[in-house]
Amino acid sequence: MAVEGSLQCCPLAARAMLHVAAAVASNAAAGKAQARGLVVVAFDRSPEVYLDIMLRHGLDSNALSRCVRILDCYSDPLGWKQNIRSEQHQEDSGTPCSTNKDTITIFRSVKDVDKLSCSIIDLGRGFEGEGKTYFSVAVDSISSMLRHASVQSISGLLSNLRSHDQISSIFWLMHSDLHETKFSRAFECLSTMVACVEPEVVDSVYGEERRGDMSFLEHNYSKAKFHVRLKRRNGRVKHLYEELCVEGYDVKFISATSVSIEVNQSLLPKVQFNLELSEKERSDRANVVLPFEHQGKGEPIRIYDGRRSLPEAHQDPNLTTAALLDETEALKSANPKGEIHYLRDSDDERPDSDEDPDDDLDI
Amino acid sequence: PPPQLEAEMEEYGAGDLLSEAMCAGARVVVVEDCVEAPAAFVLHLLLKRALAAGGGGGGGAALLALAQPFSHYDRVLRKMGCNLSMHRKSERLHFFDLQGFPGGTQGGAIADSLAQLYSAVQRVVETCRAGENAGRFTVMIDDVSLLEVAANGSADDVLDFLHYCVTLTSEMNCSLVVLIHEDIYSSEDGVGLLAHLRYIADLVIKAAPLSTGLATDVHGQLSVVNKGMLIEQRPAKGQKVWSFHFKVKENGADFFYPGSRH
Repeated sequence: MAVEGSLQCCPLAARAMLHVAAAVASNAAAGKAQARGLVVVAFDRSPEVYLDIMLRHGLDSNALSRCVRILDCYSDPLGWKQNIRSEQHQEDSGTPCSTNKDTITIFRSVKDVDKLSCSIIDLGRGFEGEGKTYFSVAVDSISSMLRHASVQSISGLLSNLRSHDQISSIFWLMHSDLHETKFSRAFECLSTMVACVEPEVVDSVYGEERRGDMSFLEHNYSKAKFHVRLKRRNGRVKHLYEELCVEGYDVKFISATSVSIEVNQSLLPKVQFNLELSEKERSDRANVVLPFEHQGKGEPIRIYDGRRSLPEAHQDPNLTTAALLDETEALKSANPKGEIHYLRDSDDERPDSDEDPDDDLDI
Repeated sequence: PPPQLEAEMEEYGAGDLLSEAMCAGARVVVVEDCVEAPAAFVLHLLLKRALAAGGGGGGGAALLALAQPFSHYDRVLRKMGCNLSMHRKSERLHFFDLQGFPGGTQGGAIADSLAQLYSAVQRVVETCRAGENAGRFTVMIDDVSLLEVAANGSADDVLDFLHYCVTLTSEMNCSLVVLIHEDIYSSEDGVGLLAHLRYIADLVIKAAPLSTGLATDVHGQLSVVNKGMLIEQRPAKGQKVWSFHFKVKENGADFFYPGSRH
């Protein structure tokens, strides 16, 4: 399964991923799943974060040590710290936290995808159980893995893991903003289920046109749409929509009643005071008669500006300049009282593109 | 606010809008700016607060400076009431002059130079932690865009270096504050450093010009976004996104809501 998120709601995608990981581990511990354990390949967060989330999800430390193994690619992915220690002739301390020696294994060569693959499988085989033991794999995140190795090698890794007979499920987190669309799609194709965490409020101009305006994130960082696409064996695709809510430690999934995207199209600047109009204010505004429209006769207002503003003229596409002149003559006779009729010069003149009107200037 | 939060807020200095907006547990702070609204003043302010952290318990800072020499920061902070020279002497402040980084004498890949730089930073943080200063340590980089230039444009190497600095924040009660110029990356094809940094950050402080143009009393607007990745990083009022105006002064900066300036 691929869990995808974007910058507009990124903390929620990560929380969803952690939630899924914890749920899988709980199920494994409770014997509810085919998998006996979960191997977490941790790039983005320190191992303690995963352990903490799992403890909060209800796993006790016994269950943790039985069912969770963390491949720590966060603490020292390139081996720099080990190099420092050997330069300073210090003892290799191995795992950062001694109480979790079995649960956490540090991995120091993230560029070596084959070695990574072997380490994951080795950890998975270490789960206790009778007969054939299955395990699940969580990768947090593929986006970080892609910084160290090519798309081909990582998709190769995932394919190998998929076809491994002891792995019951694999799920990973991917940040769609960090890759070209084709790579995101490639990984989606590898998966049988894609869970997209989509922002509730889509700001079409995020970061570009309206600089500095990030207030829509307030909403997007606590709620998001959770859209799951599930590919069945028979080829059918099933869609599920839920709403994802994060409050403090809790991550809740609520089934959505309607699917709609609220596009942030308000043209009003986001300021601390209220610039919106109430209904009464809106209707009052619509009823205001503007000064220049007010002729004081109670007749319908008609403003003539010398061009085709007459209702009939609007509908006649074949009107020529000559015909317009005729119309103005007609209007003259219709209003005999002292009024000003203005005929624009441009109506009389024939357009002459060669002549530069500025030639008249004598500077 | 709970007592621990109040103590943290006091530690960070005056109760102004910026400190209110910055949630106490933020480990990785990314400051974004552009030519029209430079945010070096935010770094200066955060540096002053890092060094001024409550009497006795100390705090310390490491400044990785690619943009300016020490004399510049010394002068600016002095006007703000903070004596960098004194802090440097007492080893509260560790100044890394990286204007010539990586340096022509060091042959080999840029990755090696960055690894060595990281090694130096880690040593400084460890020494500070081992000493009497058990307070929060701040690693500050001014700025990441220049670091990328020094790395010959290799964003991957810079990200590796930054990742290691981030591990320091989780292992050693340390914060990371970096400045990046977002307008450099706006027209880039492909994904640049900026997008990666936005993902890594716990807190993003973005300075932008006013949409209405230049003004004498208001130099720009500041958006503070608390991503709140980890649970304990909760902002003071529960609000995640703050937006207000700022004016840079000789001795610091003023932060105020639009329209509330006399």
